[in-house]
Amino acid sequence: MKKLKIIWDAIIPNNPVLIISIGLCSTIAVSNSVQSALLMTFAFALVQIPSNVIVSSIRKITPNEIRVPIFVTVIAAFTTIAALISEAYFNAIYQIIKLYILLVVVNCIIIGRAEAYAYHNGIFDSFLDGVGNTIGYGLVLLAIAIVREFIGKGSLAGIQLMPDSYQPMLLMVLPPAGFIMIGILTGAIETYLRNKEGKR
Amino acid sequence: MSYVENLLKIFVSSTIINNIILIQFLGLCSYIGLTDSLTNSIGMSFAVIFVTVSSSILAWMIDNWILIPTGLQPALQITAFILVIGSFVGLVEIYIKKASPNLYKAMGIYLPLIATNCLILGATFINSMNKYDFVESIVSGFGIAFGYAIAMLLLAGIRERLRNSDVPSFFKGKAIAFMISGILSLAFLGFSGMIK
Repeated sequence: MKKLKIIWDAIIPNNPVLIISIGLCSTIAVSNSVQSALLMTFAFALVQIPSNVIVSSIRKITPNEIRVPIFVTVIAAFTTIAALISEAYFNAIYQIIKLYILLVVVNCIIIGRAEAYAYHNGIFDSFLDGVGNTIGYGLVLLAIAIVREFIGKGSLAGIQLMPDSYQPMLLMVLPPAGFIMIGILTGAIETYLRNKEGKR
Repeated sequence: MSYVENLLKIFVSSTIINNIILIQFLGLCSYIGLTDSLTNSIGMSFAVIFVTVSSSILAWMIDNWILIPTGLQPALQITAFILVIGSFVGLVEIYIKKASPNLYKAMGIYLPLIATNCLILGATFINSMNKYDFVESIVSGFGIAFGYAIAMLLLAGIRERLRNSDVPSFFKGKAIAFMISGILSLAFLGFSGMIK
């Protein structure tokens, strides 16, 4: 039960994107179609979980002064693996979001978890924390992507759902809607937190 | 098309049409975090312009003189770029601290922030993906950083005005910055298609 709480903490109470608001770049950029969001989450999982495990397993022999370059090297190695796998198996989508998959290496969530969690905790706990953060990140990405693709194209993951007479609102798949969606979500979360504090 | 025309095209395209923040969404952390005050965003913009141009040069050299001839580009590009840029920013920081304490005071606090800024690394990847030559890489790096400066100053100016205006309580804080960026992004979207 206690172990499950590690995963749960990362999904809702400490959601990396919505509550701590880090890792926004890729969230906004790839959330215009469900397929891109899924591939991005897949690549993110391939980097976040193993890098947490490795950082945690070498934490006793990592000198404190040069820990950040070591984290970055570990993360860069897994990002290369994730990019090569995505290129080999999902080439069509990879070509569209290539830049953002390469830039997983400087994703604040991954470096942040290595520094704040994996460096101080056991291997299995770090593994669970990685899983939780991946789910937390993926859920937000997918939620935004579903709304944007459904309104903007009338389809989900490339499958046409709305009838032909549906006039798609093209703006939703273009860059501005990414900012506006994140703005509305941040506003909702901040209002919720303010009200919760006010009640106490 | 002459060479200079081509350079101009790359500059306009990377500054306005593919504005790094408003259209490509890179470097959002500092964009939202530092635009509270106009002074901060000017300082950050200068630091970014300087570091982006120098890392474009550095990354081009690594890419074309070491990684491509040895055939290691697909496997080692990410690692090489991030380590080189990270240590380069560290070196610059030490050098400026020693050589010009005044400049360090003005720029110093932003340099560590830049090391992990996805914009710098993104610019080098964009150069490498488009297979730009040496001069083109410099122009594109400068254009990207200049576009960043434009977006920073726009948002910082608007946010200074917002301080005295009545924002709906739902959008108070960061949310209004995102909504404004959305509208700015819409304006920049109007430039798309300017270059075929």
